Amino acid sequence: MLDLIKDKVKSFINPETVRCPGCKAEIKQTGLRRNLMVCPECGRHLRVDARSRIAMVADPHSFEELFSGLESSDFFHFPGYSEKLEKAEKTSGEKEAVVCGTVRIGGVPTAIFAMDPRFIMASMGSVVGEKITRLFETAAENHLPVIGFTASGGARMQEGIVSLMQMAKVSGAVKRHSDGGNLYITVLTDPTTGGVTASFAMQGDILLAEPGALIGFAGRRVVEQTTKSKLPDNFQTAEFLLEHGFIDQIVPRSEMTKTLGALLRLHQTKEAACNDSIRKAQSRTA
Amino acid sequence: MTAYEKLKAARHNHRPTGAAYVEQLFHDRIELHGDRRFGDDDAILGGIGWLDDLPVTYLAIDKGTNIQARMKKNFGCPKPEGYRKALRLMKQAEKFARPVVCFVDTQGAFCGADAEERGQGEAIAESILEMMGLQVPVVSVIIGEGGSGGALALASANRVYMLENSVYSVISPEGCASILWKDAARVEQAADVLHITAEDMQRLKVAEDIIPEDFEHFDRMCGNIRRLLVRDLNRLKQFSPKELQNDRYERFRRFGVYQENA
Repeated sequence: MLDLIKDKVKSFINPETVRCPGCKAEIKQTGLRRNLMVCPECGRHLRVDARSRIAMVADPHSFEELFSGLESSDFFHFPGYSEKLEKAEKTSGEKEAVVCGTVRIGGVPTAIFAMDPRFIMASMGSVVGEKITRLFETAAENHLPVIGFTASGGARMQEGIVSLMQMAKVSGAVKRHSDGGNLYITVLTDPTTGGVTASFAMQGDILLAEPGALIGFAGRRVVEQTTKSKLPDNFQTAEFLLEHGFIDQIVPRSEMTKTLGALLRLHQTKEAACNDSIRKAQSRTA
Repeated sequence: MTAYEKLKAARHNHRPTGAAYVEQLFHDRIELHGDRRFGDDDAILGGIGWLDDLPVTYLAIDKGTNIQARMKKNFGCPKPEGYRKALRLMKQAEKFARPVVCFVDTQGAFCGADAEERGQGEAIAESILEMMGLQVPVVSVIIGEGGSGGALALASANRVYMLENSVYSVISPEGCASILWKDAARVEQAADVLHITAEDMQRLKVAEDIIPEDFEHFDRMCGNIRRLLVRDLNRLKQFSPKELQNDRYERFRRFGVYQENA
């Protein structure tokens, strides 16, 4: 706790540096950004906000945002929720915990969503559920793949049972998109837990994860209490999931764009690829 | 009754468990075991039986009625193999065009290290995903506790009913109180703010209707449930597979309260 306060004070005094939560090294913000928010000392993949996430993999200027007008409301008058929403909006500059849209990655068009852990730990309430559902519906209509960067503390308890229902709502849309023969890739990032793990995070055709990401259903402390024994250090990490057969690959951030591009191309229908090359040829001659 | 009193009633030890409903409602049953992957989870009972003259696949989360059984069943907290067994039987029902009836009564999915190791999140995610696409009618009844994703994994249905004193919640009121106020003792208040009662569910359209409880006359009460199930399944039988999927899609599609600006 004291360390945390010291770090806060330090970053206030000197906002140009950040302390790596892994190795505790002081890292320059500019260097960190250049290194895709990966600690140059220990390789730890730091958490990334939704827009930077998309910018890291998207072809330049290809991102077009969708459904940005949706905002949460405190319909249950839940203690502290309004204040929490206001604070989250202020600190993140986002209206909600997920950013959706379309992009091109390596020239291939795709729908994309990225969750933002700065916004109430990217918990899933009505807006998160609605935006992701609409994205899958739009993608299904247009035969687009979906790439989803997940990060979440789980369902948003301040919206009660309505947040739980989002799990089924999104799943319905994922299923329709999938039944249409469309590709869905999830990239599990730190931390992906609870109701998001128990729904769309685990429903991809291909599951990728970032190194060291925490991925699980129940919280570690709850599991420890239930199990009444010490858990291995790597419990619920991306590496643990790979070992147990629950993800396809761990992909370092520096390789993510290349991997996603390659997967998208492998799933591109002949027709789409053909249209694409025509468009490219046209833009060259234009 | 307050929400907290209902919560206590929903958890009461003398409340009939999933197995009791299965016994009352379906005759000439054959119980089916195992997920064909890892094991068999006693927390979820599954099988085929007759609802009057209609063959159905039944699934029931069962808490057990004595301490040995309760321990064996993890107090009704299913493990991944339980959800995978349930899904296997639902897909089997689909193959033979049999409707599925689920009884839900759980604090939530089991939170042990073994459950995490075997992919608790993945098992629930897969169950919800596949239920949303099932081409046969599915009706779920919350008979006690509807605890979070572990309950939804058997309740992504065409119709959902709540017993009078059952509850349905995204998080246990204890869990909510300890996160919100760092004080698990404020569970009464948490039960209120979470909106967990059958009346709440009906108002929010999470449940179609509330089933009155009369445990002293359990056979009569189950008679009412039987009539309800027969009525719904007869109606849903008229739907094509695609219509059944669409019906479920629309049922869950409408959930969400938000503002939209241009």
